[in-house]
Amino acid sequence: MASSFTRLFSGRNTAVALASLGVGTMATGFLLSENSSLAAEAKKKLYPPSSDFPDLRKHNNCMASALTPAIYAKLRDKVTPNNWTLDQSIQTGVDNPGHPFIKTVGCVAGDEESYEVFADLFDPVIKDRHNGYDPRTMIHPTDLDASKLTHGIFDENYVLSSRVRTGRSIRGLSLPPACSRAERREVERVVVTALAGLKGDLAGRYYSLGDMTEKEQQQLIDDHFLFDKPVSPLLTCAFMARDWPDARGIWHNNEKTFLIWVNEEDHTRVISMEKGGNMKRVFERFCRGLKQVEHLIQERGWEFMWNEHLGYVLTCPSNLGTGLRAGVHVRLPKLSKDPRFTKILDNLRLQKRGTGGVDTAAVGDTFDISNNDRLGKSEVELVQLLVDGVNYLIECEKRLEKGQDIKVPAPIAQFRK
Amino acid sequence: MEIAANGSRAASINLPSGSGQRRAAGRCGGWKLLGGTIGIFVSTPGSSSSPQVRQQGANMPFGNTHNQVKLKFTSDQEYPDLSKHNNHMAKVLTPAMYERLRSKQTPSGFTLDDVIQTGVDNPGHPFIMTVGCVAGDEETYEVFKELLDPVIQDRHGGYKPSDKHKTDLNAANLKGGDDLDPNYVLSSRVRTGRSVRGFCLPPHCSRGERRAVEKLSIEALASLSGDLKGKYYALKNMTDAEQQQLIDDHFLFDKPVSPLLLASGMARDWPDARGIWHNDNKTFLVWVNEEDHLRVISMQKGGNMKEVFNRFCTGLTKIETLFKDRGHAFMWNEHLGYVLTCPSNLGTGLRAGVHVKLPNMSKHAKFEEVLKRLRLQKRGTGGVDTAAVGGVFDISNADRLGFSEVELVQMVVDGVRLLVDMEKKLEKGQSIDDLMPAQK
Repeated sequence: MASSFTRLFSGRNTAVALASLGVGTMATGFLLSENSSLAAEAKKKLYPPSSDFPDLRKHNNCMASALTPAIYAKLRDKVTPNNWTLDQSIQTGVDNPGHPFIKTVGCVAGDEESYEVFADLFDPVIKDRHNGYDPRTMIHPTDLDASKLTHGIFDENYVLSSRVRTGRSIRGLSLPPACSRAERREVERVVVTALAGLKGDLAGRYYSLGDMTEKEQQQLIDDHFLFDKPVSPLLTCAFMARDWPDARGIWHNNEKTFLIWVNEEDHTRVISMEKGGNMKRVFERFCRGLKQVEHLIQERGWEFMWNEHLGYVLTCPSNLGTGLRAGVHVRLPKLSKDPRFTKILDNLRLQKRGTGGVDTAAVGDTFDISNNDRLGKSEVELVQLLVDGVNYLIECEKRLEKGQDIKVPAPIAQFRK
Repeated sequence: MEIAANGSRAASINLPSGSGQRRAAGRCGGWKLLGGTIGIFVSTPGSSSSPQVRQQGANMPFGNTHNQVKLKFTSDQEYPDLSKHNNHMAKVLTPAMYERLRSKQTPSGFTLDDVIQTGVDNPGHPFIMTVGCVAGDEETYEVFKELLDPVIQDRHGGYKPSDKHKTDLNAANLKGGDDLDPNYVLSSRVRTGRSVRGFCLPPHCSRGERRAVEKLSIEALASLSGDLKGKYYALKNMTDAEQQQLIDDHFLFDKPVSPLLLASGMARDWPDARGIWHNDNKTFLVWVNEEDHLRVISMQKGGNMKEVFNRFCTGLTKIETLFKDRGHAFMWNEHLGYVLTCPSNLGTGLRAGVHVKLPNMSKHAKFEEVLKRLRLQKRGTGGVDTAAVGGVFDISNADRLGFSEVELVQMVVDGVRLLVDMEKKLEKGQSIDDLMPAQK
């Protein structure tokens, strides 16, 4: 195998080799004038998919659970229109075997088409991650009508702050794992131009990561707005940190209640937040801001990546659908010590994190409580779930304060296959 | 079997920038060749603004492999921001050069952006000049000559594109080297790298290629005999006991953490197809698929550099023969010598060094000057980027290219002998002025 491979590399025997591979004369002539594709094609022939199949025996992530040698063989040589490959999609999952307790996703999209071209992998990954949601058959509801939200104002003796975040991708430009510098700069240009059109309580300013002054940087840190170059290997192995800090930045409104990250893990991350318990107002601003930004980019001929099966398309499959995480920082000193706490959260479809965000520990009795789900339920539904859930948790806390007993609520319906 | 990989055939493709169309003849779209396993789709001419060319197979899995897509943007739009950068690549890569090179790729699909990614992601340090670019295959040095020649010239003391590099692995040509004072010279070591021709280099190789390199290496090394007989330990299979032993022997290499290496893609799929081979005597060691296909190390305690170098040359020559028997040469040419991933390791790829006690000499005002004249460099005993501990320094040759292996080891042997003589003089409170060497 070795010597036939090396023969293929020398131009003289190329025609013979091509003929031996069953290529006709016209095609041979075509291929011969493209040395690059020839050598690479020869290489692909000499390395069948089985030789390239990753060793996933020690892995625990959604990609490793879904990727069989048969699927790999079928998809390895495909490319999306942006020339993104399967190997690039799964690199992060190969490089990060995962944790026995925490199942990471293990694959990313390089562009909108990834979810279609590599559907044989992404569909089971999506099902695994999103409670059995089937992108082939199910429709994802999008609903950004904040007026439908009820009981969205929390007791501020318990809730310290409220926040809603999501992401949006600009259709026609590759996603952060795949984008070239020019594409990334184009995303920045499109988004920053649009944001300059926001008015009233949404009027604000953009700070480019590479250009900001020390003073601006310190202010953004103090406001807890600044994001840094990713250090998590989950992200760096997915090529998202290339060319840092080129075309990355932070936009926020003057009131510091509406914030947009540009070109971090997604084209944009959109965050609405404020101190206190007025989730209704946070969500209202969130929806209004998102719609205005969408309108502003549409005026210039752009749109967000969206389809009726996957909802809003983002880099990580875990963020498909709404991409929405609505959460509060809430004090639950008694409830958090109750052995039923975890079960209550599970049944309410909520998750707890430390107040530093994902992968941090809780400080004191204050927790970050947010919705678990992203896909298959609308924005309004998910925020309502969060609102109802947090109100329930506060009720439990108050009952425990009075020495009364609490009940574990019935589990909320998920998707079944 | 030698493959003429440099200069004897057109190794680069010049794609017309702007239009992105790869075939002016404009054949019909959707040719499916070879029963669909290879599909090279060519767009019908018409849409010049968004070419739908999809070329399968010319992309190896990593980073910016969609070169044709990028060509629809102008060179200025793609040119990296190098304004805060201090590395060889950033010094050399002008916007005009970027424009000329951006449409090229090597036969295995390695592009300019792949070459420079590590240098873009790592601006460098005001005091330490890193290289900032890597090769993905042997042809990189040819296709991207315009960038790499000046980088090489800058890094290797003015080595010109027309210069020839001499390879000399005849250990008998080394004079002396068995007489370094073991009271001062604690250990001696020679290392180099080798790349196996026909396979992509660590920044670019697929899993299949990396495993093929590993398999070849295991077979070749298994044939070594006598004092070179040894055993291979695959990183992903080793037992805890084996791992601990390798750590205690200071043999084990770990997944790279340096952003210089990570940004170039060398750590992909870790620890797949990585491993360590060493002989039973623990004096000859080969790393497989770390920063290069092979890193070969000969070492032992004490100051007998001659013996270390003997073993080094014998072992390397034997390994080269064993690879050739299996149809594979090492990457080598008469201009660049042995071809390795990082341009800093071209030529000999050789670092010959000792751990030597120089507590007085290292405090002397002329220490740096002496090292410079002897063409030596100092490091801490943890290797590159570490500090010296207890007056013990790692002293090695500064050069890699433009001098032969024998010449470089000779410089180390002669230079270290002189440094030890100076140390002894300083111990006795004597001056070292009459020992100051001329610039080599």
